[in-house]
Amino acid sequence: MASDAEHIVKSYQNELNRLRTLISDMGGMVEHQVADCCDAVINRNAEAATAAVAQDPQVDAAEREIEQFVIRLLALRQPMAGDLRQIVSSLKITGDLERIGDYAANVAKRSGVLQQFTLPYTLTGLAHMTQLVQQNLKTVIDAFGEGDHEKALEVWRSDEVIDDIYNALFRELITYMMEDPRNITPCTHLLFIAKNLERIGDHATNIAETVYYATTGEPLLAARPKGDTSAYAVVRPARD
Amino acid sequence: MSMTNDAVNTETQKANIGVMQARSAANLNAPRIAINKVDFFYGTNKALKGICLDLPEKQVTGMIGPSGCGKSTLLRVLNRMYDLYPGQHAEGEVMMDGENIISPGVDLNQLRSRIGMVFQKPTPFPMSIYDNIAFGVKLHEKLSKSAMDERVEWSLTRAALWGEVKDRLTASAMGLSGGQQQRLCIARTIATRPEVILFDEPTSALDPISTLKIEELIDELKRDFTIAIVTHNMQQAARCADQVAFFYIGELVEVGTATQMFTSPREKRTQEYITGRFG
Repeated sequence: MASDAEHIVKSYQNELNRLRTLISDMGGMVEHQVADCCDAVINRNAEAATAAVAQDPQVDAAEREIEQFVIRLLALRQPMAGDLRQIVSSLKITGDLERIGDYAANVAKRSGVLQQFTLPYTLTGLAHMTQLVQQNLKTVIDAFGEGDHEKALEVWRSDEVIDDIYNALFRELITYMMEDPRNITPCTHLLFIAKNLERIGDHATNIAETVYYATTGEPLLAARPKGDTSAYAVVRPARD
Repeated sequence: MSMTNDAVNTETQKANIGVMQARSAANLNAPRIAINKVDFFYGTNKALKGICLDLPEKQVTGMIGPSGCGKSTLLRVLNRMYDLYPGQHAEGEVMMDGENIISPGVDLNQLRSRIGMVFQKPTPFPMSIYDNIAFGVKLHEKLSKSAMDERVEWSLTRAALWGEVKDRLTASAMGLSGGQQQRLCIARTIATRPEVILFDEPTSALDPISTLKIEELIDELKRDFTIAIVTHNMQQAARCADQVAFFYIGELVEVGTATQMFTSPREKRTQEYITGRFG
């Protein structure tokens, strides 16, 4: 239950607003980084890859700044109720955003290796996955900024589709590797890229859970729809 | 018109509070005192409107709310303090052991020995430390010298003051520090072995360390006593109370466990008050 009313102490209200802005800025930074890494893989854009990797130290710095700010707020303001939930949630969200940044940088690095190979197949599935992941990330950052738990729920529910695409890609890439060992290097990198994107989706879902709690005061207790079954997947070559 | 509104408000409030209490009941003991539809009047001014609240046994109920919201008035109802003032009266039920303690036939001396009260400012009597404790006990019980000595030591020990005053029991209580005087008042209150202790802003005149000592004491005392504490200090309510009730302009707006009230209050007014947005 976020409150619309302004705090009696203006400086405290300003600090709460600033915390929201810091998270939004960091969210924007990470969104950009994810967009760059996706561009690097799908469009073979080397500049975007460099930008995504170069962004990482700034994301880490933003995380440290938010952490310090939150510790200061907790010590000086002793927040309660909705304020307390917003402040603690910011601390959790900044951690999730930082991990998303790491995954994005890793995807960007792997895209460099892919450039050295001519791929005998299209990346349609992966492209679709990158769109969904970016959409969820954007929606969940908006949900935090607007204190909109419905939007957060939307992201929370839609992660399953990303998992399904990942499972399909997993099987597809293994099949390519079995067909021709020369595919093993690019396909392994693609597999890691897909896995990283799937993890980015999971962190967006974590943020959605945090936003839901911060906004409503109720934890999202139901089991999240989880669809990544690749941990149990076995693909065997067909017998001759 | 206003009567009808009052009646509707009371019914809605009672239903809401019932739900809230049921929700938090898992962590709360059975009620020692059950307040049911209590109205209170200062002359014609209605200061409490249909209050329904249980004080769980051997737990601490914190009462919070802005000045003039009725929380101290409710404490004054619980030990009939208002009887001293003409023109003030309460309606409704405050049930303790099957008896409505605000009905006219109740023996006030006996009631006040069962429900003790500690005030905002320490109020030691201008007599020795020993006599401060013995004074109230003598009104209710005839004890031998040795039994009285024991009672004084027990009370001062329970109030975490014995170690500091045991060598100067005959010295004047007025020579104690503010924090010590407040603990003496607590010792005096528990000396008559009450079942319920009411604290009306017990630490607002004390320094932070004395405040922490009183809070530690409240935590100790709840093993034996049912406690209600009125405080303006939200952190104090969060630290001390098992159950917290928020009052606003004579109404009980919300009640729940301290954890629920300070992390996820359900009412907008509670949220705004405890986060410092009005009040």
